[in-house]
Amino acid sequence: MDVKNLKEYLHWLYYQYLLITGIYVLEPWEQSIFNTVLLTMVAMIIYTSYVFVPIHVRLALDWFALLVQGRVDHITHLSG
Amino acid sequence: MGKCDIASAQQSLTIRHGASDAVNTAGKRQENGKSNGVAHSWSKRESFEQAPMYVAVLTYLGFGIVTLFGYFRDFLRAVGLEKCHLAQERDEQKDFVPLYQDFENFYTRNLYMRVRDNWNRPICSLPGPEFDLMERVSDDYNWTFRLTGRTIHNVINMGSYNYLGFAENNEKFLQPVANATKEYGIGVCSTRQEMGNLDIHQELEELVASFLGAESAMTFGMGFATNSMNIPALVSRGCLILSDELNHTSLILGARLSGATIRVFKHNNMQSLEKLLKEAIMGGQPRTHRPWRKILIVVEGIYSMEGSIVRLPEIVALKKKYKAYLYLDEAHSIGAVGATGRGVTQLFGLDPSDVDVLMGTFTKSFGAAGGYIAGKKELVDYLRAHSHSAAYATAMSPPVARQIIRAMKCIMGLDGLTVGIQRVRQLAENTRYFRRRLQELGFIIYGSQDSPVVPLLLYMPGKVGAFSRAMLERKIGVVVVGFPATPITEARARFCVSSAHTRDMLDKVLCSLDELGDYLGLKFSRRKCTQFELDS
Repeated sequence: MDVKNLKEYLHWLYYQYLLITGIYVLEPWEQSIFNTVLLTMVAMIIYTSYVFVPIHVRLALDWFALLVQGRVDHITHLSG
Repeated sequence: MGKCDIASAQQSLTIRHGASDAVNTAGKRQENGKSNGVAHSWSKRESFEQAPMYVAVLTYLGFGIVTLFGYFRDFLRAVGLEKCHLAQERDEQKDFVPLYQDFENFYTRNLYMRVRDNWNRPICSLPGPEFDLMERVSDDYNWTFRLTGRTIHNVINMGSYNYLGFAENNEKFLQPVANATKEYGIGVCSTRQEMGNLDIHQELEELVASFLGAESAMTFGMGFATNSMNIPALVSRGCLILSDELNHTSLILGARLSGATIRVFKHNNMQSLEKLLKEAIMGGQPRTHRPWRKILIVVEGIYSMEGSIVRLPEIVALKKKYKAYLYLDEAHSIGAVGATGRGVTQLFGLDPSDVDVLMGTFTKSFGAAGGYIAGKKELVDYLRAHSHSAAYATAMSPPVARQIIRAMKCIMGLDGLTVGIQRVRQLAENTRYFRRRLQELGFIIYGSQDSPVVPLLLYMPGKVGAFSRAMLERKIGVVVVGFPATPITEARARFCVSSAHTRDMLDKVLCSLDELGDYLGLKFSRRKCTQFELDS
C-alpha cells in the first residue's frame, strides 16, 4: 500500500511540475525536449558542485582562519 | 462580530484593488490609494486579494517557457520542417509588410491553439442550470476537431448568464411567446424609423420605463449595438468621456466612434475620477482651453471580469458637484442585484433619475436579446430620432420582445405570481452562499459580495487548461478566461451563479472545486477567517 501511495504522490508531484512550468500545454515530444534539457542542466550542476564545492569551502575556511589568526597576533602584539 | 471582524476590516481598507495592482500590459505598476470616505461597510464587501509573490513569479516562468517553445515551433514552421496550419502570406508577398508577426498572432498560434478545446464547446440543449454538450475530440492537438457523436448529458452550467433562470422551456411560461410568433412572425423586416415600430415595442418600452423608474425608455435589437451606436449620438467631438479602466468593448467602441476625447480613470477609484474631473474643468479642451461641451462619465453596474460593483453613490455625488453626466451600463446588474431586481440604483438606495442615461441589456437576466436606454423623456425622444441603431438597424423581433415582457412582468409580479421575486431572492442567496463557501475553501475570489459573477483566480497558464478539462470530466461546465481579456498574470475561471441552481448543484460544484483545488494547487488565499456573514 505504501508503494502505491508513493507512486501516486510522485505522479502528483510530476503533474504539479507540469502545471507550474507550463509544460502541461505542450505536446509530448516538446515535453521530452524540455525535460532532457532540464535534467542535463541539473546533472551538470550536481557534477560541478561535487567537484568544486569542497575545495571552495576549504579555501574559504582557510581564509577565515587566517583572519582570526591575524587578529590574535595583533592583539598579543599590542598588549605585549 | 468581534476581533476578527475589526482586524479583517483593517486589512480590507488597505487591500489594493486587484486589476490596477497587477502589472498591466504596459508593464508599469499602478496602485490605488487607500479607500476614501466611502461608507465603511462597502469597502468591507469588496475584495481583490493579491496572491503571494511566488505565484506571480511562477506565472511569468510558465509564460516564458511556453513563449520559448513558441519561437522554436515558429522556427520549425519557417524552415519547413513542420506544416503550418494557420494563415500565412504567399511566397510572392514575403517581402511585403508582415501580416502575422505581431504578438497577438504569435500568442494565438502558440498558446491559444494548444488549449483551444476549452472554448467554443458545442451545446445541444438550452443553456439552463444543466445542459448537454456534444463530445468533441482532436487528433492533431487542437488544430482540427471532430465530433464523436456522443452527447454528455446534464453538465452543470456555471458559465451562462442565466441569472434569474429565464432560459427555460416551460410550456406554460412560454405560451405568450408562441402566440406572439403566430401573430407577428419572426422578422420585422424594417428599421424602427421606417416600418418597424410595432405596438409590441411600445408596450415593451413603457414596461421597461416603469420597471426602472425612469420617464421613458427605448429598446434596441442588439445589446452591443446599443452601446456602440448610441454613445456617438449622445457625444461628439468637443466632449469629454471619462471611462473606467475596465469598461466593456462595446463602450470603448462607442466612445471611439463618437470622436470625443476619452480619458481613463482607474477602476472604481474615486480619487482618480475626481482628479480627472478637476483637470478637465480647469483645463478645458486640449489646445483652445475652451470649456468642454459635455462631460460624460461612463461606468458599468457590475464589471463582468472582476465581479466588482460600481461605487454609485460617490459617482453621483461627484457628478453633481462637477456638473457632469452619468452613463450607467447595467448589462450584468439589471435583474441580478437589488432587493427586487432593479439593479445597482436599488442596491444603493438611489433615485434612478440621478443617473442621466440608464442602459442595460436583456441578454443576461431576461433570457432574451437586445438592449435598452432609459432616462428623461427628452433624451429618449432625441435618441429615437438620432440614434444610428434606430435609423439603420432592424427592430427587435416580436417573440423576443414578448419574452422580455413576460420576464419583466414576472419579476415585477404583475402576472399575479410570486415566481419573479422568489427568483431574485434565490439568486441573492445562492450568490452569498457560493461566495462564502469559496472563500472558506481558500480560493482567491474577486469582487463584491452581492455580485453573481464570481471570478476565481487561476494565475498560471498550465492550470487554466487543466482546470477546465478536469471540471468537464466531473460534468461541470465552466468558462476560463485568460489574456487578452484579463491581465496576463491574472487568468481566471468565471462562475455565473443562477437562481435556477439548486443547493445540491452548488454543493456538487463546491465539492469538485475543493478536490480540484487541492489536486491542482489553486488555494492561494491567505485569509484566516471569514469576514462576511450569511444574513438570512
